[in-house]
Parts: sequence; structure tokens; C-alpha cells
Amino acid sequence: MSTTTMSMTADKPAHLKPVALKTEIAVDMIGVHKWYGEFHVLKDINLHVKRGERIVICGPSGSGKSTMIRCINRLEEHQQGRIVVDGVELTNDLKRIDEIRRDVGMVFQHFNLFPHLTILENCTLAPIWVKKMPKKEAEEVAMHYLKRVKIPEQAHKYPGQLSGGQQQRVAIARSLCMSPKIMLFDEPTSALDPEMVKEVLDTMVSLAQEGMTMLCVTHEMGFAKQVANRVIFMDAGQIVEMNTPSEFFAHPQHERTKLFLSQILH
Amino acid sequence: MAIATEPVAHSVAYVRAAPVDTQPPPTLARGWIAWVREHLFSSPANALLTLIALYVVYSVVPPLAKFFIFDAVWDGQDRTACLADGGQEVGACWAYVKAKIFYFVYGSYPFDLRWRVNIVFLLGAVGIAWMLWLDAPRRNLGAFYFFVIFPIASFLLLRGSDTFNIERVDTSLWGGILVTLLVSLVGIVFSLPFGILLALGRRSKLPVVRLVSVIFIEIVRGVPLITVLFMANTMLPLFLPGNMSPDRLLRPLVGVALFASAYMAEVVRGGLQAIPKGQYEGAMSLGLGYWQMMRLIILPQALRIVIPGIVNTFIGLFKDTTLVSIVGIFDLLKTVEATLVDPTWATPVTRATGYAFAAIFYFICCYGMSRYSLAVERRLAAGQKR
Ligand SMILES: Nc1ncnc2c1ncn2[C@@H]1O[C@H](COP(=O)(O)OP(=O)(O)O)[C@@H](O)[C@H]1O
Ligand SMILES: [Mg+2]
Repeated sequence: MSTTTMSMTADKPAHLKPVALKTEIAVDMIGVHKWYGEFHVLKDINLHVKRGERIVICGPSGSGKSTMIRCINRLEEHQQGRIVVDGVELTNDLKRIDEIRRDVGMVFQHFNLFPHLTILENCTLAPIWVKKMPKKEAEEVAMHYLKRVKIPEQAHKYPGQLSGGQQQRVAIARSLCMSPKIMLFDEPTSALDPEMVKEVLDTMVSLAQEGMTMLCVTHEMGFAKQVANRVIFMDAGQIVEMNTPSEFFAHPQHERTKLFLSQILH
Repeated sequence: MAIATEPVAHSVAYVRAAPVDTQPPPTLARGWIAWVREHLFSSPANALLTLIALYVVYSVVPPLAKFFIFDAVWDGQDRTACLADGGQEVGACWAYVKAKIFYFVYGSYPFDLRWRVNIVFLLGAVGIAWMLWLDAPRRNLGAFYFFVIFPIASFLLLRGSDTFNIERVDTSLWGGILVTLLVSLVGIVFSLPFGILLALGRRSKLPVVRLVSVIFIEIVRGVPLITVLFMANTMLPLFLPGNMSPDRLLRPLVGVALFASAYMAEVVRGGLQAIPKGQYEGAMSLGLGYWQMMRLIILPQALRIVIPGIVNTFIGLFKDTTLVSIVGIFDLLKTVEATLVDPTWATPVTRATGYAFAAIFYFICCYGMSRYSLAVERRLAAGQKR
């Protein structure tokens, strides 16, 4: 399948080069449990994501997919077990949390762009305030990534003036401006009109082809087959099955997985 | 049940052959008579309302115009000008306001030092214009001027200073519009930041911060301003060590600022509640810290939503400053009242004229704030529609 990948060339300025992870293991979740009050939402999650790996997570609604990936950048707090992101363990230490969030980008179902800022300002905000990058340089970086997601001409508009697909591509560009080492996607195409799904998926595919470490919650099985190294199926807060995409789709083992796949792949 | 597959009256298949040209909307050529009929007399109920409204206007406006303009006395040296000797009707006695205008503006501020007040008014006007004009150049410099330079300069000029060899003027001599504007401005300038901090405190995850904020807000909101002013007057000295007694004008200033902060906190909290969780998550996922997130993402949106509430609080505060007269401060209303006992201007219309003057002053200020906030809202709404 052809995607217009812009490969990282050698003559790029330093801040535009991909940042390598410090360790081989990008994300390590060991025996992670989480409760919402009495409700046991994550049960004994064990997941090791290697550098450059692309993981697709699927499963029925309410199975804890979002909760799991949101634990990785501490939008949710886990109560038992360990989560290590690029060699840094997540604890209550706020400094470490900020450090991890700087290196982990996240794309949400509902974009979560800042409506009071222009597209360009959305993209430069974090580099300027978190990375202390000079404004001019931050704008260069932002324009670079806006070109990458193919909407540089929208830079001075507000998010509300863009279509859903464009907004989601801006959200991806906004994350990339922080040169993240890991990208988390939480159902990035679920809120989009059908004809806009492809433009967002194409962006994600090109990102994957450049070797970004990615964890994607999505039900786009075509995307999973095309780029995932592993597909994870979750149900009732547990990882039920995990396999390569070809095996996962061809020979699902668990009953729950079979049922789920039969429902989404008509 | 079988679905009918027979074509009914027409064929199911349809392909557009030629595109429809876009056309301008139909113009509705209608004169003012049509407009009046449509808007004022569209139904019997509407017609009745229109007639009632016309009657109210007819019975209110002419007498007011007569009193304030046509029968008003514009010039005169003393009360005789405003007495109905010749049997003619006498309206507002503007001659009295003219005679007392400097007292209304400066209070008992020493006559030969009033130029210092004038400079402060001028500096203040420059600062306010700089702040309110959204496209003004160098607005951050303007903010520094308004929030740092202007207060210091005003303090030195109004009160005087021994170190700079500027003659001291005791605050008990200050009065009139000077004091009204001073109390309002201090209240407005302090209540917004304090209110924001209190609102954030009330939503804080830290129980102590939350408890302190809630207690402060609820106590202050549960007590009338007069009580707060009395408390500030009598209790502030108790909190300060030994013989240090805060200035008698400073006490109600603190009281008004605290009072307005509690109200502002609740207004701001309403705005904070309207911001979706996704905005916090978007900001946090980029690595922004709490204060950066609040300052750059959450507050700009939250405050924008509650501009009407903020301005409403400002307007309420502006009018509430009249209560400082209870603790012996000569604000505008108090100076007006003080002149009513002056026998030189004792006429049947003096009282009405004095209060009308104060009312006009308050109305102009409050209406100005209201219009300004509407303009800001419209402008912000034009920027980014959701
Ligand atoms: N803040 C919360 N408080 C209580 N329950 C929650 C909260 N967020 C999610 N849940 C519950 O946790 C479960 C898992 O949610 P989620 O991770 O969003 O599922 P998924 O993304 O797989 O659809 C759901 O049953 C949901 O109702
Ligand atoms: Mg979800």
C-alpha cells in the first residue's frame, strides 16, 4: 500500500531528527492493576513494548483499553504493579511524570485541540513553554510537522474552522512537535466521518514506517494488518490474547476473541 | 412481508444531468411600513404590547425631559436662582451642581494641590485605555505601567511622601469621585486575581487548600458588605502588631477587595466547570505543568465564557462602593449628601438634583462597562467559532 512517506533525511536541523529511546524496552507494564472505586478496571496487565514496536489494541467498549494506555502517561494512576517508560518508573514524583509526558505523545478520540489558539499556536505552545524553545524555532518545527500532515496552509486558522480529519492531523502534528519517543493513540479515527478516516490513517502509517514506537487503540483492522507488530485483544480489564496480526486475524485462539472478530469483520 | 419492487409512478434511478447554478438569496424589498407591521403589530397581543409601551414612554419621557432639561436652571450664584418665585416650574438645579462640582470630584483635597489628583486621573485614563484597547501597541508594557508604575505614582502623588519631598495629604481629606474611583479600581484590580486563586483553590485536590477556599468564600458571601466593612474597620487593627493602625481609607479598601473576590471566585468557578476534561488531558499529555496549563489553556477559555458574569460583578462592586460611607469615607454619594445641608443652596429641588447627578455618574460608568464587555465578547466570538 502506498503512502507518501517523507523519510528523515540527513540534512535536517538537529531538532527535527527523530529522538532515540534510551533503552530497548520502550514501555514495560508489570502486573498492573487499577480500580475505579470498587470497580476493578485493569487486572494484571503485563506488556513489554520494544523500541520501534507498533502495537494495536482492540477489544469491546469498556474493556479498559483507554485506561491502560492512559496509565502510560499518567492521565490515570495505577494502584498496583510497575510501569516503566523508557527506563523511568512512574511514581507519584511529579517531576518524573512531567519528564515522561514530554517524551510520550498522545492523540485523543476527540482531538482535544485548544480552541482559543490558532493551529500554529496549538503546535508551538508546548515546545515554547515546556521545552523552552525560542518562538521562531518552535514555529519552524511546527510548520515542518504541519507540512508533514499536509495542512501547512491552515496554520493561522482556529481548530473550529477545520474538518474533523484535519483537526486530528493537527493533533498528531502537535504531538510530534515535542519530538516524542513514544506515541499513544486512543481511537483516533472513531469520531471522524468515514471519508476522513483514511487521511488520518495514512499519517499514522507514515509515522509507523519511520520507526516510531506506537500504541494504538483502534478498530481499524486494515491498519492493524498493515503496520502492527502485535495485536492485543482486551476484555473485562485483562489482556486476553496477543499475537502477530496475521495469526491474530487468521487463527484467533480465545472464544472471546473469535466472537469479537466475528462481530467487527462481518 | 414482500417489499414492492415495481417502479411506482416514476423511475427510481436518477442522475443529475446539469448542476444547479448558485443564486443570490431573494431580496425582500420592503419599506418601513412593512417593517412596522411585521415587528410591532404582527398579532393583537403584539399590537397591545406596542401600545402599552408607547403609553409608558409617553408618560415617563416628557416629564423627565422637562425636569432635567427644559425647566432646569443652568446658571446662578445661590439658591434664589432655583426657587420658583415667579410661579414658573423649576426643574433640576444644575447651578448647584456647577457650584459644588469640585467638591464632588475631589472632596476636601487641598485646593492648591488638586493638580496632583488631576495628574493621577490622567495617568489612570492612559492606563485604562491602554488596557482596554485590545489592539493597542505594547500591551505587556501597558500592563506593567497599569499594575506597577501607575499605582506607585498615584500613591506618591495622592498621599505625598516625605522622602521625595511631596507634601503629605491625609486620606481623611480625600473624597468624592476620586475616592469612588479609587475604591472601585482597587476592588476590581484585586478581586479578579484573588477570585481566580480562590476558584482554583476550591477545585484543588489538596484538602487544606480546598477547605480554606470554601470557608473564605462561603463566609464572605454569607455576610452583607456592610458587615465586612465594619469588620475590616474594627478588626484589621487587631491583626496588626502593637500600635500599627492601618489607614482609615485602607480598611474599607481591603474589605471591598475581599468581598468582591469571594463573588468573583464563584463566577470563575462556573467558567472552570464549563471546560471539558479533554482540555486538561490535552495540556497534560504535552507535559505542561499545573500552572502553565491553567494560565495558557484553561483560564483563557474559562474567563472568556464568564465575561458577562465578571463584568456583572464589577458593576455590582462599583455601585456597592457607596457603602463605604457607612464607615465614614467620603465617596461621591456622601459628598453629595454633605452639600444638601448647605443653606446657600437649600431649595426644594436640590436633593433631587444632587441624587440625579450621582445617578447619572454611576449610570455612565456602569453602562460603559457593560457596553465594553459586549464588544469584547463579540470580538472574541468572531475569532473562533466552535
Ligand atoms: N473516571 C472513571 N470513573 C469510573 N469508571 C470509569 C472511569 N473511566 C472509565 N471508567 C470505566 O472503566 C471501564 C473501562 O473504561 P475504558 O478504559 O474507557 O474502556 P474502553 O476504552 O476500552 O472503552 C468502563 O467500564 C468505564 O465505565
Ligand atoms: Mg476508550
